[in-house]
Amino acid sequence: MRILIAGGRVIDPASGVDEVVDLLIEDGRIVRIGKDVRGARSGVQGAEPPDASKGRRSKAAKNSESAINVDRVMDAAGLVVCPGLIDMHVHLRQPGREDKETIATGTLAAARGGFTAVCCMPNTDPVNDTRSVTEFILDTAKREGAVHVYPVGAITKGLRGEELAEIGELFESGCVAVSDDGRPVMNAELMRRAMEYAGMFDLPVISHCEDLHLSGNGVVHEGIVSTELGLHGVPSASEAAMVARDILLAELTGARLHIAHVSAAESVRLIREAKARGVQVSCEATPHHFALTEEAVRGFNTNAKMNPPLRSESDRQAILAGLRDGTIDVIATDHAPHTAQEKEQEFDVAPFGVIGSETALALTLSTLVASGVLPLNQAIAKLTSEPARILKLPKGRIAEGADADLTIFDPDRDWTVDAFGFASKSRNTPFHGWELKGGTVATIVAGKVVWEA
Amino acid sequence: MGLTRKDLLRMQELTADEIRLILDTAESMKQVAGRDIKKVPALRGKTLINLFYEASTRTRMSFEIAGKWLSADVINVSTSSSSVAKGESLKDTGLTLQAMHPDIVVLRHPASGAAEFLAKQLAASVINAGDGAHEHPTQALLDLFTIREKKGRLEGLKAAIVGDIAHSRVARSNIHGMRKVGMEVRVAGPRTMLPCFIDRLGVEVFTDLERAIADVDIIMMLRLQIERQQAGLFPSLREYSRLFGLTLPRLKGAKSDVLIMHPGPINRGVEIAPEVADGPYSLILNQVENGVAVRMALLYLLAGAPQAG
Repeated sequence: MRILIAGGRVIDPASGVDEVVDLLIEDGRIVRIGKDVRGARSGVQGAEPPDASKGRRSKAAKNSESAINVDRVMDAAGLVVCPGLIDMHVHLRQPGREDKETIATGTLAAARGGFTAVCCMPNTDPVNDTRSVTEFILDTAKREGAVHVYPVGAITKGLRGEELAEIGELFESGCVAVSDDGRPVMNAELMRRAMEYAGMFDLPVISHCEDLHLSGNGVVHEGIVSTELGLHGVPSASEAAMVARDILLAELTGARLHIAHVSAAESVRLIREAKARGVQVSCEATPHHFALTEEAVRGFNTNAKMNPPLRSESDRQAILAGLRDGTIDVIATDHAPHTAQEKEQEFDVAPFGVIGSETALALTLSTLVASGVLPLNQAIAKLTSEPARILKLPKGRIAEGADADLTIFDPDRDWTVDAFGFASKSRNTPFHGWELKGGTVATIVAGKVVWEA
Repeated sequence: MGLTRKDLLRMQELTADEIRLILDTAESMKQVAGRDIKKVPALRGKTLINLFYEASTRTRMSFEIAGKWLSADVINVSTSSSSVAKGESLKDTGLTLQAMHPDIVVLRHPASGAAEFLAKQLAASVINAGDGAHEHPTQALLDLFTIREKKGRLEGLKAAIVGDIAHSRVARSNIHGMRKVGMEVRVAGPRTMLPCFIDRLGVEVFTDLERAIADVDIIMMLRLQIERQQAGLFPSLREYSRLFGLTLPRLKGAKSDVLIMHPGPINRGVEIAPEVADGPYSLILNQVENGVAVRMALLYLLAGAPQAG
């Protein structure tokens, strides 16, 4: 199978490329990059409609002698072609909660959102704290998944925060990081040992930063909205205190620390200072934390309930500043599917979490790029080369010989978010009905078009 | 003329005119209580369901009496005797209730926002009888009624609400209600029980009880939940009552005609000294009495009165 992506604006943050060139893909790899790759731009082939090869091979392409034969030409004129997006923080719910999401539906949702790879958190049932669960996820993903799946293993057995999981074996069986995501490792001594131990395999430790004593039974940010609605608040210090602790432990151990879903201004400040000191710390922000504030909770909207909570406008501004100055390396979704009946409950009772796979790219383009917070290539870097760098994945770049994981998107397409059209099994998005700019046109994984608008 | 809204969920959404309409209507309702035959036919053929997910004596009884005096059919559902014990969701309970065509559902629930949630499920009017730490609008309305009855006016009066403001739906509803009718509001309590940004609701904040009550017309004491001690919000009942208990000596620093209120039930000797609770300035039992009249007014305005427009 040979695909030519013709005339697109190719943006590869890793190499700094940003120009209109063709990409030729063959056997799952990018084999040629250049202007007029087929060598017959003026010939018959150039006039070929973009989808001429969908079901049958183009005669023109087959019969051409002057040009390279291709099975399909994708006309990317006016579109952006970038390395396949990598979402380093999703919950695929399988095994255990297939009513919320499965590896099949979760990866299809990812593909629809332009992602070619996802990292799935270990808080499944059973927890991904053993080789057998990791292997189950990888096997299922291979059979049913639309995109690459990289499991994240547990730090502690059962996510209980008591004993280390068999991190060595998790690493050997394919985990790319360890995390107790959804819960913090409250015991600082255990977190220290986890960092030391994971360091032997050069695995990043992804920390869900939350001091459970400070968050208590809080369900929203502690601020004006929690005060008005009479909901228990989670102070920013609940997150920031743990960010500070984990930064100190990373300094102590020399481990690679990645802070998940940064939500508070104080956390951004601590991470910025740590980076300036040379600590090996990276972090991610979610689209909901850079696009929304606590105000979205008004009306007791359970689709605006997540952990960490949506915070104040000044926190949101700090997230934007962190994205701009590079303190925040990565944009990740924390895609957390829940069923409608779970969310249609009293605010205190409804589970934490929102889905994000199918809105992340458009929110990035609409909220960050269109408003000038980030130039397009930097926004793409935070969705491609940056997560690849942190997780040491051989992905996130466009080069001859590189894997043909590519995302083609239309930066100017206006669309309205319709949760009922999502590929995800779940509908728990706070963005239903939003008008966004920028949509996925095609998602290509290992040289195959896995999703197409 | 009735209220044009379907539900009564929070004081924050009421206008000053709506509050006045409710209080004025309650005045005529109060006359029913003085009659030999305490029954008027205003809600004959209407069904009122009291759905209580939390223990309550006065509020549930108050709604029940209000409904009965207006000739409504009143059904009381409490958690101990319902399918709630079987784990039915609030949504399903709402759908089940809807199928029985009630006209008004009164909800008391431990979760903030529960009344708003139920109101979306039901065609019936929903009255919030207290949702978590959010609001308890009928309490605020009966408090305003009681103050107006004693003082002859509301505008320009100054009130201090004292105690666990953070966890109090009574405080929130009263803050909104009092502000809307032109009262000045202070809140006072231990720093651990004052929620952040409470001043943004237009109140003055105090941690010194004596200063807070110095020149106010109304002191509203809140019930202390004893279990907050375990949560570390105050060190002991002894210290709480030393710093925030309303005692006779403390009252000497207040206005001579100050009125004392409490939503009940009171912890005698904790937030309020017995001689204060039972003293001449105490409106605690007036509040209970007026609760029935105010709830009658609400039931009537939501379900019985000819609708405007």
